Amino acid sequence: MTMQAVVLKGGQVVDPAQGINGVVDVRIDERGRVAAVGADLPLDGAAPVEVPPGFVVCPGFIDMHVHFREPGQEHKETIASGVASAVAGGFTAAACMPNTDPVNDHVGVTEEIVRKAADAELARVYPIGAVSVGSQGERMTEIRALREAGCVGISDDGHPVADALLMRRALEYVSMFGMPVINHCEEPSLAAGCVVHEGYRATALGLRGQPGETESIMVERDVSLSGLTGGAVHVAHMSAGESLRAVRSGKERGIAVTCEVTPHHFILTDEDLRYDTNFKMNPPLRAAADRDAMLEGLADGSIDAIATDHAPHHADEKAVEFDRAPFGIIGLETAVSLSLDRLVHRDVLSMRRLVELYAPNPARILGVEGGTLKPGAAADITILAPDTEVEVAADRFRSRARNTPFDGWRLRGAVAATVVGGRVVYINETVPGAAALAWPAR
Amino acid sequence: MPLVMDEGGIRRALLRIAHEIVERNRRVGDIALVGIRRRGVPIAQRLARSLLEISGREVPTGALDITLYRDDLMWHAVGPQPVLRSTEIPFSIDDRRILLVDDVLYTGRTTRAALDALIDFGRPRSIQLVVVVDRGHRELPIKADYVGKNVPTSARQSVQVKVSELDGVDEVVIGEIGEHGGHAPAAGEAAP
Amino acid sequence: MNVARDARQPAAGGQVQPAARLRSKHLLSAGDLSREEILLILDSAEAMKEVGARRIKKVPTLRGATVVNLFLEPSTRTRTSFEIAEKRLSADTLNIAGGTSSLLKGETLVDTARTLEAMAPDMVVLRHAASGACHLLAGACDARVINAGDGMHEHPTQALLDAFTIREHKTRFEGLKVAIVGDLLHSRVLRSNMLLLSALGADVWICGPRTLMLPGVERFGVRATTSLDRALEDADVVMLLRVQAERMQGHFFPSRREYFATFGLTAERLRRARPDVIVMHPGPMNRGVEIASDVADGPVSVILEQVANGVAVRMAVLYLLAGFDANEGAE
Repeated sequence: MTMQAVVLKGGQVVDPAQGINGVVDVRIDERGRVAAVGADLPLDGAAPVEVPPGFVVCPGFIDMHVHFREPGQEHKETIASGVASAVAGGFTAAACMPNTDPVNDHVGVTEEIVRKAADAELARVYPIGAVSVGSQGERMTEIRALREAGCVGISDDGHPVADALLMRRALEYVSMFGMPVINHCEEPSLAAGCVVHEGYRATALGLRGQPGETESIMVERDVSLSGLTGGAVHVAHMSAGESLRAVRSGKERGIAVTCEVTPHHFILTDEDLRYDTNFKMNPPLRAAADRDAMLEGLADGSIDAIATDHAPHHADEKAVEFDRAPFGIIGLETAVSLSLDRLVHRDVLSMRRLVELYAPNPARILGVEGGTLKPGAAADITILAPDTEVEVAADRFRSRARNTPFDGWRLRGAVAATVVGGRVVYINETVPGAAALAWPAR
Repeated sequence: MPLVMDEGGIRRALLRIAHEIVERNRRVGDIALVGIRRRGVPIAQRLARSLLEISGREVPTGALDITLYRDDLMWHAVGPQPVLRSTEIPFSIDDRRILLVDDVLYTGRTTRAALDALIDFGRPRSIQLVVVVDRGHRELPIKADYVGKNVPTSARQSVQVKVSELDGVDEVVIGEIGEHGGHAPAAGEAAP
Repeated sequence: MNVARDARQPAAGGQVQPAARLRSKHLLSAGDLSREEILLILDSAEAMKEVGARRIKKVPTLRGATVVNLFLEPSTRTRTSFEIAEKRLSADTLNIAGGTSSLLKGETLVDTARTLEAMAPDMVVLRHAASGACHLLAGACDARVINAGDGMHEHPTQALLDAFTIREHKTRFEGLKVAIVGDLLHSRVLRSNMLLLSALGADVWICGPRTLMLPGVERFGVRATTSLDRALEDADVVMLLRVQAERMQGHFFPSRREYFATFGLTAERLRRARPDVIVMHPGPMNRGVEIASDVADGPVSVILEQVANGVAVRMAVLYLLAGFDANEGAE
């Protein structure tokens, strides 16, 4: 399919992979690829699109950790609603975890995910395959077959790979295919029955808490096993300062370890806990010192990516006793605004660093296309309006779910538009000027 | 605020009532006084002292808190729950002639509650009612046996009996509702 | 025969006056109560205790009110106490117990709340195995909700009856050393008592094995020790907490014998406390685990008084919460 070539004119382009951070034009060709990036590009038959002043043009953001619930739990989210939510949150791609029903431990499931994602024609979806059959932690899946069907990494997310031997073998095995093992690090015996972080708030609320060491013990193990095997390990939704210490130490030794952090773990702490199940997720909201460590890790480069751990649940499932509620909150439609408000506007990190965390780094870790606007790359573009104020309104989310602790928050920084393969898939009507970004498909 | 009775008036009224009690209850031996909290209690104690002087006999005296018997708690509550106070009846009321003492008789609802409460304590031979002021407007078929003074009032007025033990002064005054701010209806004064 | 001590002497409260009313229509946490509100409840309980001493132990106060005792976790003691309190106030009571009730099969607490709501109860007394269940219920129905124990969170009426019992014996709280000993981590009684007794000015010590100590204890304003002797030293009140045998499964302590040897209250160890010490236990007791029988049954034990006072305190709570219009907002 050919489309109208366009030149995005006058936007602030931030593309760390090319070392670009300035007002330049971006030319998108008829095949939906970036043709050129540079100052005052000639139109040469392309349609001009004037980017409003102050808007920032970035390589498409990739959320490397979401749960789309399909197949099996479509009442929480579907792939179609998930990708709609993703593009509304500024994401051009999302990697979906295998804890569906059935688990994505078989090419049949992977192919179904790939097909449904293609049908939706919104964000790109990268399936993550299971490490073990049924994520039971016993028998390894057919990782090569999963890879060929489209999986870009393996994980038993939702569960840790608790068995050290299985983790060792998985790391060894995936190293043949250049994929990471993404581990939900949590020592099961320390986490048993726990619903929140161990500390004063857990005690006051009478909820069972687990310490940060529940996570860091396994991060330490995985760093060691990565060092042993050379296999790439990626720490999912890291929450504890101790875990960050282990990751840093591994990186210093040249070990192939990477990690991600969620917005809720770099913003909220256990002090925010109350009897509201939208504050229940795993790993739990940690102590202020842990949260501060996450901010430090984001700033100094030891944290590689921001991921949402978007975990949709139906309202009825969350409207139960705290102990009985499922873990998890959604994040696709709040992450970017939260990051702009709490990280960029509060000078924790620069816009350039934020883009690294959302685009080139996740692309590199997963070994997928994207993360840059280099000529020849797919025109996956996230356009931000960093100074526009927004109010989070869960009832207007495109996701099927509403389980967010950020409902009603006022934030500075918005997604203006999302472009996938040169096609505008989302325009934020509430952002003044964003409508100018719509361009015809042909 | 019009003064209805002064200190001397109250003293003379209570002394007259004490004499009437002795007259009507020839054997003072089996009577007992029960004051309705709060102002009925000091009034009952004063009557007990007068009865001792007149008859030479100690008359047992108790205090009754009728809050738990009020008919306006669950269903007509407009403000905070009335503060509960202790009931102290340190004697058996069985077969005694009980003199129930209150400051003001108005709708009769307080007296009704007090009668219910008393009957839960035992089976007195009789119950007689003593009030300092009867202001009329009865809502129940209740009548006082001994009255210090009958004071005709309108429903928009309030009658306050003040006793030195609780209020620092002995007097009875009439006010318009809302005129003397801060006076919440006492337990014995059914809200109009 | 009916002598009620007027315990409202100035000594009991000093300058602090009881509140005129409670601020919330629910009783969910002892931590929600101000010192003045606590005194209001305790003072009201004095009058209720006198009712319990009468020949006819019943007053018409809550006539026509419906109280549902929703006990989704087994409890005989607390349910019975609430039920007697409700009956003494002439309320209509309805007991719904978990497990036995088809009403509750497979139903969420929110659905149960809606079902109850259709029966228009004035109050719901909830016992539940999950912390925060009472908050959830209070948010889902119009009735006043009384927390009769939620998970490891709180058991506010137990703490109120404990405070009432302490006041009867000690007449004051300021400077009183109260040592609470036992399974600290899992105890809702402890949490409510720490909040309540600290608010009243008592010097609260908590003592138990390190494995059962409270994370973040330093922020509760109590003193924590693993030495029973230090906790007992000059204590005015010793309160024991039930130690459940199933805790041995979580590696909290190795055996009953070792627990008793280290933290069990014996007459010998109790000599470190003040001569007029009182010993309390919320029940049910594990004799030979947290307490020796001769202490439990001895002259310093006020354990049965606690049970009797529980009825009076619960009557006071029911009475005070009844004053709220059912449609009135909490707080």
